[in-house]
Amino acid sequence: MAEAALTVENLSLDLGPARLVDGVGFSVAPGEVMALVGESGCGKSVTAQAIMRLLPDVIRQSGGRIRLGADDLTALPERAMQTIRGRRLSMIFQEPQAALDPLSTIGAQIAETLRAPLSRVRGEVRRMLEDVGISDPERRIDQHPFELSGGMCQRVMIASALIARPAVLIADEPTTALDVTIQAQILDLLRRLATERRTAVVLITHDMGVVADIADRLAVMYAGRIAETGPTEGIFAAPRHPYTALLLASIPRLSDAPKSLLAVIEGRVPTPAEFGPGCRFASRCPRADAMCRSVTPVLGEVAPGHAIACHHPLGVGEAV
Amino acid sequence: MSPRISLGMWIILALLAAFVLAAAGADLLATHDPLRQSLLLRLRAPGGAYLLGTDDLGRDLLSRILYGARASILVAALSVSVSLVVGTTLGLLAGWFRGWTAVLIMRFVDTMLSIPAILLAVLTVAVLGPGFLKLVMVLGLTRWPRYTRVAYAQTLQVATLPYIRAAEMAGCSAPRLLLRHVLPNIAGPLMVVATSEFGLMILFEAGLSFLGLGIQPPFPSWGSIMSAGRQYVARAWWLTVFPGACLFVLVLCVNVFGDWLRDRVDPRSRGRG
Repeated sequence: MAEAALTVENLSLDLGPARLVDGVGFSVAPGEVMALVGESGCGKSVTAQAIMRLLPDVIRQSGGRIRLGADDLTALPERAMQTIRGRRLSMIFQEPQAALDPLSTIGAQIAETLRAPLSRVRGEVRRMLEDVGISDPERRIDQHPFELSGGMCQRVMIASALIARPAVLIADEPTTALDVTIQAQILDLLRRLATERRTAVVLITHDMGVVADIADRLAVMYAGRIAETGPTEGIFAAPRHPYTALLLASIPRLSDAPKSLLAVIEGRVPTPAEFGPGCRFASRCPRADAMCRSVTPVLGEVAPGHAIACHHPLGVGEAV
Repeated sequence: MSPRISLGMWIILALLAAFVLAAAGADLLATHDPLRQSLLLRLRAPGGAYLLGTDDLGRDLLSRILYGARASILVAALSVSVSLVVGTTLGLLAGWFRGWTAVLIMRFVDTMLSIPAILLAVLTVAVLGPGFLKLVMVLGLTRWPRYTRVAYAQTLQVATLPYIRAAEMAGCSAPRLLLRHVLPNIAGPLMVVATSEFGLMILFEAGLSFLGLGIQPPFPSWGSIMSAGRQYVARAWWLTVFPGACLFVLVLCVNVFGDWLRDRVDPRSRGRG
């Protein structure tokens, strides 16, 4: 594999005494889309904020390193971080319409990433708008966000995030607020731009459908830890961690009988205050035993590039 | 795009424009030198060469009212600018940094608000002595806490919105975030406060001048004209009625304008426009 664009090593984040994110690590290569998947509150969004070094005041990074190419971001002062944000490391998120300043034109906002007045970079901004599939960019460039639809706003956000050709783009639930057809278009766009521009994309989502659509690799997070990580195809074909298997099994399918009950995972995610020793999925896992409740499983490879943290992994093709 | 402006509002806007023009063009519009005294022409009734009559020193009342408008509007505009800048800056900082910065600034605001502004103004002028610039500074530096409160509350709210976070993610520095993204988005409510304060400032200036603490004679101000006219109410009603009416109409216009502005800025009423 080529030199990784972004490497997260052993990242730990604390909220008071509670450890929200515990030893999370992954890396993304240029042009690759890596999905970080998990339920609400599993720590995927704070992980993204930690990479941007824009954590809420109450959350502290207590361990681990984040490297952008060869540079260690953890050690950088805030001023240096500011020059990196937008230029080498960008982020887009949910609610694209709320993420644009209502009083400023979209052209001016995209130009802001380049730290230049719109008049000087107008051509560049127009080409970028064209590249993200906005028709009539010469007119759109001077419009305000309220004149654009949600899907177009997300395209504008993507344009603004990618115009400076960053090495890494973090997309935090970029399509959650959009309707399904627009969702597919935006995902295609992200996929195409990632490949064309050799941008490494970290896609944060709770939607396995989105993952299947565009991710090369994925990391499944559960309660602040990585449960399983590997190539998308391999994991979808044969999940080895019980949580991943149950997650995939709970996707409703058109072939399901009408009005049949949805498959659910019993119980709920423990809150950080309830974290105890052992595997955090143990309370909901049908395969858990005494060891699971006392000894924390570590990530181990089961196939090249495919690792899981489980004492009792599923065999290939085995159901839970 | 913009909602229709009613006929009543057009009248208010026209009156406001007339006051501003009168103040700006006092040199051209005045029929006489507002300072030239003539004891032979004392207390002339309105009419003839002296359209609004003359005062107790034989000065043309119309010219004095025109120059008085200039004093009122200039003092109000400058003091509103001073308090707007001071108040907004402090409110932005408090709302942005929160924590002890906010505690420090907002408790100072509470302290300022617990002192009657007019009393503070009277005291300051009494100690420093009267004067145009001192008047502006006294009014400006006693009235900023209202802007701070509004700016603080608005900044707290706007600072958490996604587009501020997005700008931060794009590598915006804090000063740029505040000036380019936060300030424009909190400007609406601040302008509403500023207009209502503008009316108050005109009244304060008139009040202080009436008490002899504002614009000093022989220079005209509506307050001091009325103050002098007070002794002649029975014989020369025009000395109190005309400047009083001007004061009343101007402040009324400013306040109605402020209400109108608030309705247009308030997002809850935007849809109806």
